[in-house]
Amino acid sequence: MYRSHVLVCGGTGCTSSNSQKIIEAMEAEIKAKGLENEVQVIRTGCFGLCALGPIMIVYPEGCFYSEVKVEDVPEIVEEHLLKGRMVKRLLYKETVTPEKIKGLNDTDFYKKQKRIALRNCGVINPEDINEYIAYDGYQALAKCLTEYTPEQVIQIVKDSGLRGRGGGGFPTGLKWSFTAANKADQKYVVCNADEGDPGAFMDRSVLEGDPHCIIEAMAICGYATGATEGYIYVRAEYPIAVARLQIAINQAKELGLLGKNIFDSGFDFDLHVKLGAGAFVCGEETALMTSIEGNRGEPRPRPPYPAVKGLFGKPTTENNVETFANIPTIIREGAEYFASMGTEKSKGTKVFALGGKIKNTGLVEIPMGTTLREIIEEIGGGIPNGKKFKAAQTGGPSGGCIPAHLMDTPIDYDNLTAIGCMMGSGGLIVMDEDNCMVDIAKFFLDFTVDESCGKCTPCRVGTKRLREMLEKITDGNATLEDLDKLEELCHYIKENSLCGLGQTAPNPVLATLKFFRDEYVAHVVDKKCPAGVCKKLLSYAIVEDKCKGCTACARKCPVGAISGSVKQPHVIDTSKCIKCGVCIETCKFDAIIKK
Amino acid sequence: MLKKISKIPFKDTPEQAAKLDAIIAECTGDVSMLMHVMQEAQEIYGYLPFEIQQKIAEGMNVPMEKVYGVATFYAQFALSPKGQYAISVCLGTACYVKGAQEILDELSAQLGIEPEECTEDGKYSLTACRCIGACGLAPVLTVNEDVYGKITAADVKGILAKYE
Repeated sequence: MYRSHVLVCGGTGCTSSNSQKIIEAMEAEIKAKGLENEVQVIRTGCFGLCALGPIMIVYPEGCFYSEVKVEDVPEIVEEHLLKGRMVKRLLYKETVTPEKIKGLNDTDFYKKQKRIALRNCGVINPEDINEYIAYDGYQALAKCLTEYTPEQVIQIVKDSGLRGRGGGGFPTGLKWSFTAANKADQKYVVCNADEGDPGAFMDRSVLEGDPHCIIEAMAICGYATGATEGYIYVRAEYPIAVARLQIAINQAKELGLLGKNIFDSGFDFDLHVKLGAGAFVCGEETALMTSIEGNRGEPRPRPPYPAVKGLFGKPTTENNVETFANIPTIIREGAEYFASMGTEKSKGTKVFALGGKIKNTGLVEIPMGTTLREIIEEIGGGIPNGKKFKAAQTGGPSGGCIPAHLMDTPIDYDNLTAIGCMMGSGGLIVMDEDNCMVDIAKFFLDFTVDESCGKCTPCRVGTKRLREMLEKITDGNATLEDLDKLEELCHYIKENSLCGLGQTAPNPVLATLKFFRDEYVAHVVDKKCPAGVCKKLLSYAIVEDKCKGCTACARKCPVGAISGSVKQPHVIDTSKCIKCGVCIETCKFDAIIKK
Repeated sequence: MLKKISKIPFKDTPEQAAKLDAIIAECTGDVSMLMHVMQEAQEIYGYLPFEIQQKIAEGMNVPMEKVYGVATFYAQFALSPKGQYAISVCLGTACYVKGAQEILDELSAQLGIEPEECTEDGKYSLTACRCIGACGLAPVLTVNEDVYGKITAADVKGILAKYE
C-alpha cells in the first residue's frame, strides 16, 4: 500500500513538454528522500487540459499541479510529499478559492464534461492491465461471452443508439448486424486509428491512455459478428500509441483475454497492429483495408460494402477508435444508461479536440446536444487576448464552419449536417477576427489536393482547380463571376467523386461561402483582405505621427522601399515593397501597419 | 503527393544490408507485409533510395513498380535523405491558425532551403508535416525527437542556434 500516488500525464502534449523527464526526476527525488515504499509515481494518459501541461495530480488530496517544470520536482517532494504542504504556486488557478481547494470536477473545464470514451484516460496506468481490470476492465467481454448470445450483444449496441464517431455517424449496431448476417469461413474486425483529420487527437489519446478498452471492444465486436481476427490500423506518427497498444495486446494474451478459448467460452480472437504511413485517404474504410493488404491506399467502389467483401475479400466490420471506446461501458452499464445521454437521434457523448484561438486547448468529452457557446465560453475559457470569436471549424478538411450567430445550436450529428457542417472526428478549431476565412478554405484545399489519391478525376483534377480559383481570389485577380463558378465546381466534385474524401473536399469552401460571403466579396471587389492575412492584398504603411524618423526600418528594408530623412516621418514606396514584414519587426514605435 | 528524388549517391554498409536482408527473409511471401518492410528499411537507411526499393521488390517477389507506387503514395516514405537535424513544422489546422506558416517561411529563409529540401552540407532538412496531435501546444515544430511548442517566428533563430 502506498500512502500517496503521483499521477503524471504521459499524453502527447505533456510528453512534448517534458513530462517524461519530470517522472524520472520525481522517482529519483522520492528515492533520495527514502519515500519509495510510500509514494508511487504513475504515468497516465491524457488529462485533457493540454494547454496547461505538463500536468501532475497528487492523490489522496487530488491536488492538480499545472505547468510543472523539472526544477519544481524537489520542492513538490520536499513540501508536499514529505511535509504535507501543497505547493500553492503550482496549483491550477481555477481550483484555488480563498476557503479551500476545489475538486477538479468543480472547475469550469471539467464540470460540464461526462467521460465515457475517456473514462480511464488520466486515471490509470495504461501499461498495466491490472489497473484496467481494477476499473471494471474486461468485465463487459466476460459478460458477453458468458451471458449473451451474439444477437443479444448486437441488440444492446443497437438499443444504445451509438453512431460511428469517425465522421459518418452510421448506427454501429446496424453495421455489426450486416457483417453478422453474412456467412464466411473467416471474418475480420478492423479498428480505424488512422486519425488523419488535422487538429483531432482524441483517438490518439484513447490509445495512449486506455489501450485495453479498444482491445476489449474489438473482441466483443468479434464475438457479435463472428470474427476471430482483428486489425488495428494506426498512424506511424503516433509512436507512443503504437508502443502501448503492443504492450496491452501482449498482456491480454498472457492473461488469456486474447487468443484461444477466451473465458472457456470456445471463442477465439487474435489482434494485429498495422502501421499506416501518412495518407489521409486511408481514413476511408475501403482505402484503409486496401492499405492493410499492402497496397497504395486507394478506395474501392461500394457496393460491395465491407460487411460483404472487406479485408482480404472477407466480411469485415470497421469502426473508429472512439466508437469502440464506448462499447465496454454500453455493455456494462446497459443500453438505457448510454441512451439517457444526448439528443433524440445522437446518443451518448462526443469527444472534441479544442484547438486554435481558445484558452483551454485540449480534449473534452461532453454529452451530445451541448451548445457551441458552452464549449467555447465555459469549458474552453473563451478567446485569448480579448479577440472576437469568428467561427469554429469542425470536421477538418471534410467539414465546415459554425459562425458566431449559430453558437447556440445544440451540437449533434443532424444539427451540424443541417447547417452544412459535419461532426467529423471531433476536431474543433476556433478562429478569431485575425483569421481570414478564404485563406482557411485555401488551407484545406491545399490539404486535399495533396491527399487526393488520384484514382478518380473529379477529386484529382477538381480539387486542383478549386485551389487555383481560391488562389485567384486571395491574389486579388478574381471577379464576382468566379465566385459562382467556384460554387458550381464544388457541387460537381461533391456529386461525382468516388469516395468520402472527394465528396466532402469542397465543404470548407461551401461553408465559408455560405457564412462569410462578404469576406470573399471584399477580396474580389475591394481587393482587400479584412483579416489582414492574404499577403498579396496587403500594403504596408507608416503612421506619420508615430514615426520618429529613427531610420532603423529604412536601413533594414531589403529592397530599399523606405525613404525619409532623419527625425522626419518616413514613407514606404508600395511599388517596391515585397511585404516581407522586416520593417514591422524592426520598428520600436509600432509606427508601421498592414492594411 | 509530389516527392523530391535525391541525386545524392547511395551508400550502404554490410551491417545495414544484413539487417534489411533479415527483415525481408522474415516477411517474404506475404505481400501485406510490404509496407512493414519498407518502414523498417527507412528506419535503417533514413530514406528509400531506388537501390533499396529494387532490393525489396526482388526480396518480396513483387514488381518494382508496386514498391515505387507504395513509396510515392504515403507521406511517410522519403525518397531523399534527411539532414542530420530533421526539422519539421506542423501544418495541422490548429497550428496553421496560430501562425505555423510564418514559422515555416522563417525557417526556409534562415536555412536557405525550401520545404522538403536538405541543406548541401547534409546538416539540416526541412519538412512541413501533417498534424502530429500536439494541438494543445500549437504551433509546434520538431527537430529530430525534440519538440518545441507555443513558438513564434521570432523563436526560430534561437532554436536553430541549439543545433549548430
